[in-house]
Amino acid sequence: MATWQPILLANVNRPNSEKITTYMGHGGYEAARKALTMSADQIIAEVKASGLRGRGGAGFPTGVKWGFISKEAPVKYLAVNTDEGEPGTFKDRLIVERDPHSILEGLIIAAYAVGVRRAFVYIRGEFFLGAKRWIKAIADAYQYGFLGKNILGSGFDLDVSVHRGAGAYICGEETAMIESLEGKRGEPRLKPPYPAQVGLWGQPTVVQNVETLANIPHIISRGAAWYASIGTEYSKGPKIFCVSGHVNRPGNYELPLGTTLREIIYEHASGVRLGRKIKAIIPGGASTPMLTGDMLDVPMAFETLSAAGSALGTGAVIVMDETTDMVEATRRITGFFAHESCGRCAPCRIGGRRMLERLERLSGEAARPDDLRDLEVLSHGIAGVTFCPMGTGMCEPVTSSLRLFRDEFEARIKQRMAA
Amino acid sequence: MSPTQSGIRPAGTAIVDPAKQSMLLAALYIAQEQHGSLTPEVIEHVARRLGLRPGEVYSTASFYTLFRTKATGRYIIQVCDGLSCYLCDGADKVADYISAKLGIQPGETSADGRFSLEKVQCLASCGTAPAMRVNDQLHENLTPASIDAILERLMGEV
Repeated sequence: MATWQPILLANVNRPNSEKITTYMGHGGYEAARKALTMSADQIIAEVKASGLRGRGGAGFPTGVKWGFISKEAPVKYLAVNTDEGEPGTFKDRLIVERDPHSILEGLIIAAYAVGVRRAFVYIRGEFFLGAKRWIKAIADAYQYGFLGKNILGSGFDLDVSVHRGAGAYICGEETAMIESLEGKRGEPRLKPPYPAQVGLWGQPTVVQNVETLANIPHIISRGAAWYASIGTEYSKGPKIFCVSGHVNRPGNYELPLGTTLREIIYEHASGVRLGRKIKAIIPGGASTPMLTGDMLDVPMAFETLSAAGSALGTGAVIVMDETTDMVEATRRITGFFAHESCGRCAPCRIGGRRMLERLERLSGEAARPDDLRDLEVLSHGIAGVTFCPMGTGMCEPVTSSLRLFRDEFEARIKQRMAA
Repeated sequence: MSPTQSGIRPAGTAIVDPAKQSMLLAALYIAQEQHGSLTPEVIEHVARRLGLRPGEVYSTASFYTLFRTKATGRYIIQVCDGLSCYLCDGADKVADYISAKLGIQPGETSADGRFSLEKVQCLASCGTAPAMRVNDQLHENLTPASIDAILERLMGEV
């Protein structure tokens, strides 16, 4: 394999990487300078041509999203989603803590392209250091003239402020985040209308993930053609893969989209602890369907993971070795979603609890013969009928685990019946 | 009167000011820091300052896990209960270890009011699991020895 030179994580290991002087010393803010000489249409066309798709989980084409924002709307907003909380995912925290200016530069370019003069950074309450780094980065950017009035003499004005969340996974869902920014409970809104039409305070709003924005300066500096030369047909550019679980070297690895799970796990994360075999892989964060350990040759790209019955999600790879208790792993993930359900719609609020009860019985000593059928009925009743994608997300690990590791679930019932 | 029953908007604020309402989470953080927890009196005070109904303030405050309506210990230990921490000998094992050392279960506060122990959802430290937070400080790659060191330091602080 050719050695990949990191693009998004090029700065994170430098001393004082979070400082504006370090960032500018390595070419930082040159892309914003260049972007401000381009027209908004040129930038949107460039981002569209790059093929960049959102890195927050949904994978929506970024340039297309920007194109949805009305040019005529007098007031519109941009919100940066730093509410990273999908189990297995820890890439955005790294960028915010170690290279906040790369996100901020992407934000400035995005705001200029869609005609936004007021942007909000939303960061989960647990990221205390991250919030401090965001605030410092923004203050320094004002001082250097990259924010505020008439940025770099372009006539473009932009103000940015930081809002802390306070402990709610659901606020990573864009409409829940908007509610939270407005000072309300983080309950998702029914879509449509999408935030691009009716968002924060009823105005058109672009919501972008941290890693997505960190790609933007590179697309502007080096061009869409260069960017689109990285990756696969439908999945362009570099991606930060978060590898955790039973691997020797867990961590964030930036690689081109399309890199196989085998290369990520065995070459970069140095393989499985104690040389054990892999039983299960969650490829894209806790809400993506599990894969079995024999699917290592699947490339990590939107289209290939979809074909394999899962999803790229956030690119968070959780590796579980042959000793893993899949009933307990499934219970734990379901416990997360049941806890994080905002409670607004019944299938997710009640269904999540009912699934968790069955999984607690199965992983404990109280399995009942009907528990597997109940889980199937419940997941069928939750997926696809909720306000936001969390309902479907909470079912994916359950249904995939039941499909792939059914014998482990059945063994619990047999053990209980024999007792 | 409990905040949820209180439906009266403060005098002179017939409608919600969206700009003030958007300050609510920040205001709740400040109030919690000043008063220790968000008691009904604190909720009423925040509501008056922002021109909101106490019920509206309580509704938002009660939604988020980092806002507390009951008194907690001076150090809130939040052990990550996520899947990756579990796979790396964290989660229950870390919580049990701390429980044994402090003599409190998750959800409890020590008798001297010094420590509260909680199990929390994923802290986005899966690559450096096991992880926990103590107040606003994240601790990663936990081992029994590193947990001992953290607790000893906190016990020594006045």
